[in-house]
Amino acid sequence: MYGSTTFAQVADPVAGEDPDRLADFETRIARGEKVEAQDWMPREYRRQLIRMIEQHAHSEIMGALPEGRWIPHAPGFRRKLALLAKVQDEVGHAQLLYRAAETLGKSREHMLTDLLAGKSKYSNVFNYPTPTWADTAVIAWLIDAGAIINQTTNAQGSYGPYCRALKRICYEESFHLKYGYDSVVTLAGGTPRQRADLQDALNRWWRPIMHFHGPPDQVSAHTEILMRWKVKIKSNDALRQEFLDQYVPKIWALGLTVPDPALRRDPATGQWAFSDPDWGEFKRVINGDGPCNQERLAVRRLAHEDGAWVRAALTGRAALASRAALAVD
Amino acid sequence: MPDITLADTEGELYEVFHQKARGEHHVHVGAVHAASPELALVLAKEQYARRLACVNLWVVRARDIHASDYIDADMFDHATDKSYREAFGYKVVGKTRAQAQTRDRDD
Repeated sequence: MYGSTTFAQVADPVAGEDPDRLADFETRIARGEKVEAQDWMPREYRRQLIRMIEQHAHSEIMGALPEGRWIPHAPGFRRKLALLAKVQDEVGHAQLLYRAAETLGKSREHMLTDLLAGKSKYSNVFNYPTPTWADTAVIAWLIDAGAIINQTTNAQGSYGPYCRALKRICYEESFHLKYGYDSVVTLAGGTPRQRADLQDALNRWWRPIMHFHGPPDQVSAHTEILMRWKVKIKSNDALRQEFLDQYVPKIWALGLTVPDPALRRDPATGQWAFSDPDWGEFKRVINGDGPCNQERLAVRRLAHEDGAWVRAALTGRAALASRAALAVD
Repeated sequence: MPDITLADTEGELYEVFHQKARGEHHVHVGAVHAASPELALVLAKEQYARRLACVNLWVVRARDIHASDYIDADMFDHATDKSYREAFGYKVVGKTRAQAQTRDRDD
C-alpha cells in the first residue's frame, strides 16, 4: 500500500550528464521502452527511483503494523485468516520492492537502517491509530484502493524491475480491496453500533485518505523532467481525482457520509471539489510529529532487534559460534 | 578400422532464459552445451533468438540450479480452502444490493 511521494528539487537534474547518452535514454523512454538495471541512466533518475521505491517498500512493512495489531482480535476465524494473509502479503510486497530498489545500488540493510534511524519516509497514513475493527475495514478498502490507483499508474513507469514487482503486487492488492470492501459492507449492513463504528472510522480516516496521494505537485521544470522520464506518471492531484471519482459514489451508495460538506463533483468538468485537507498537518506528520510515528518506529525497531538472532543464524554465524563453543568444551 | 576417439566437445550444460521485451520477465526456453558462458550466450542466440523477438538473454550453468523434487510436489498443495485470500472469495455485490433495497424500503 503506498501513496505518492514528493520529489525534492535539485538545481539542475542533468548537470554533468553525457548529452548523447541522455538523448538515447530519453528517446528510448519516449518510445515506451523500459529501462533495465544494467542500462546507463542519469544519476538523478537513479536517485529519484531509489528514493521512491525505498519509500514504497517502507510503506509496505510499516503499513502492516496498524492492521497487524488487530489480528488477535479479528471477529471470526475467516476474517482472522484473511487479515493474516493480507498482512503477510504486505510484508512480502516490501521484500519485492527492496529487491527492486537494490538493483539500483542501495543495499537492503542500508535501507532498513535508514528507516530505523528515521532518515527515510513512508506513507503518512500509517502514522494514524486504528482504535476499532472498523478502522481496519476502512484501511483495507479505501487505503488499498488509493494504493491500487497509485500502483497501477506507477506500473506504467519506465523502470523494468519496479514495473515487474508492481504487477505482482497489484494482483495481490485486488484481494485486499475486495476483502476490505466486504468488511465495510458487512459493517454497513450490521447493527446500529456497527454502522456508527464504521461512520466514525470513515470520519477519522477521511483526512489521511485525502493526504494519501500527496500534496498538489509544484509545477516546475523538475517535475516536468520526472514525467518525461516516466518516474512520475500522473500528478498527485490527478490520482486523487481518480480515487474520488471511483470511490465517493461507492461510499455514498452504502449510506455513509463523507465528512466534508464541500465535497462535490462538478458535472461540467468532472472534477471533484473538496475542502483544504490541511497540508500543514500532512507536513507535521510526515516529519515525525504524527499520533503514532514513534510507536510505529519503536515496533519496527523491536522487530528488527528481536529478529537479530534469525539473521545471525541465516548467515551461519550462530552455527560457527556454537561449533567454537563445543570446541572449547 | 581406424581407432576414432571423439573429443568431448559438449562442455557444460547452460539453461537459457529469454526476455521478449524490456520490462518483461526472463522466461526459460531451453538449454545449450558450451565450453564457457560466453560461448553459451552465442549458441543461445543462434538457437533461441533467431526468430523469437528478443532483447536480452541469460545463460545459467545448469549445475548451479537448485531444484525441488517432483516427488515433493504435494508441498505446493493447500491443506485447506484458501479462498479467503483471493478476490473471488468475496461476493459483495449481492450484499450491497440487498442493503440498498432495505434502505429504500425504510425511507
